[in-house]
Amino acid sequence: MKNILVYLEASNNNLKRVSTEIATAACKIANGAKVTGIMINSNKEVASQASKFGVSEVILVSAPKIELHSSTAVAKIVAETAKEIAADCVIFPANSTGLEVAPRVAVKLDAGYIADCIELAADGDNLIAKKPVYAGKAVVKIKCETPVKVFSLRPNVFVAAENPTSIEIKEKTFDLSDSDLSAKVVNIAKNEGKLDVLEADIVVSGGRGIKGPENYHLIENLAKALGGAVGASRAVVDAGWRPHNEQVGQTGKTVSPTLYVACGISGAIQHLAGMNASKYILAINKDKDAPIFKNCDYGLVGDLFDILPKLTEKIQKAKM
Amino acid sequence: MNILVCVSRVPDTATRIIVGGDGKSIDKNGVKYIVNPYDEFALEEGLRLREKNGGTVTAITVGTDAATDVLRTALAMGVDKAVLVKGDEPADSYYVAHNIAKVAREINPDIIILGRQSIDFDSFQLPSMLAEMLGMPSVSVVSALKIENGSVQAERDVEGGKETVVCSLPCIISAQKGLNEPRYPKLPDIMKAKSKPIDTRDAEKTEPKTTIVGMEIPSKARAGKVLEATDANIDEIVRLLKEDAKVI
Repeated sequence: MKNILVYLEASNNNLKRVSTEIATAACKIANGAKVTGIMINSNKEVASQASKFGVSEVILVSAPKIELHSSTAVAKIVAETAKEIAADCVIFPANSTGLEVAPRVAVKLDAGYIADCIELAADGDNLIAKKPVYAGKAVVKIKCETPVKVFSLRPNVFVAAENPTSIEIKEKTFDLSDSDLSAKVVNIAKNEGKLDVLEADIVVSGGRGIKGPENYHLIENLAKALGGAVGASRAVVDAGWRPHNEQVGQTGKTVSPTLYVACGISGAIQHLAGMNASKYILAINKDKDAPIFKNCDYGLVGDLFDILPKLTEKIQKAKM
Repeated sequence: MNILVCVSRVPDTATRIIVGGDGKSIDKNGVKYIVNPYDEFALEEGLRLREKNGGTVTAITVGTDAATDVLRTALAMGVDKAVLVKGDEPADSYYVAHNIAKVAREINPDIIILGRQSIDFDSFQLPSMLAEMLGMPSVSVVSALKIENGSVQAERDVEGGKETVVCSLPCIISAQKGLNEPRYPKLPDIMKAKSKPIDTRDAEKTEPKTTIVGMEIPSKARAGKVLEATDANIDEIVRLLKEDAKVI
């Protein structure tokens, strides 16, 4: 490999955490290759933060026609930039933007693409990736057979490491035609004050054991005390107690936080698949034979209506 | 409206995955297969669009003869036509996208709908890949869809919120849970679907762009410290969260 292109993003005028993670991963496999970042519609200040993570050049593209976001336009800009710098490896974050844009870039570059990698390592002249399949019930080792390779890397898995270097920021303007903007974001509605299960370091989920939506404040309070996000099992979402974007599991989101707390969740195989990559799992259930207890680091057997308020209070005290 | 829905055949979500003898794919013995759950939302959305606008819904899958069963399910749900692009077990998504694109160029759909991901390889890549091959706009992970006079407005789930995306027909949409409530096929329709014709074509081989070299089952040793929920034990768990997991 000679040239690696990394797709970097900003959030609140800072380099996103996932961008620092994938920049670090790119430097680790570089082995002498140049690591270049690409940022669209950001500024020099944010772009230069990439130098802390080993990126020696950032191409800062200004494309005002995009306004908020456009997957089609971003794919075009990244693919053309990759061709210009003769990139043989393009790395995206496996987040909502990366997962949508990367396949388009791969087709434009006639490249093999491996989505949602949890490991990426040199393998002779090639790279070998590990990627969860069947919602994490298995992991495949997989490689690209093409001269140009595209990967997306799962957030929260690669550890960002500081590796300061000098950086050159190259600013350029990209002219887009209307057809480049054929899919265009016109509005972004944030769930204000609500942390997403995919981005959170701690996730507290409720299952059928919570008995009804009116009791969900117990889950929310614990999540708040821990500074985590609120999740839910499929049963809870299907019953209409919680929105589907909180669902953790094989037909929901696959999460990998530092701590996952399962409250009143028995631990069906589909749910375990979605949270088994968590570093630590705390299970709370009244049934001591529930499968969740065979897949946890810590467990409390008892009535969650009794446990959750006590646990929440004790955590608040421990934090003081 | 000419609607194309892509369907994929996947192991049931309750399947315990075991690595097969080749060391790089699953042991298929005793595995029950189902329509990819996200594709059910895609099928439902296709049927609703037809109910509102008229037209036809075609379901398509790429795979071996065994994949016929998911097309039968689609027919039982109410699609008008079913296409099986028959070949070896799909080698990679590029092969699947290439073969669907070939059929799509022939039938010229106004909209192609897929599930947001198939729950076997979980790559989320077919919708965008297909869209790029066909030169169409696409919106992935859509939980609400409005189509009026050829203009499409789709809400898509992103980290911590929703994006509203606009594009025009023809386009590609990938369905997220919440888009609709899929119908259950009725018994008479299941029976009728058994004798409906399936348009079968040969798949075109493509050079594999990715190769799987191994598969493993991740195993994580967990401490498994399970305690009765006495006050003292809750204190102990709090201590472990603080000193061991270091999350407090």
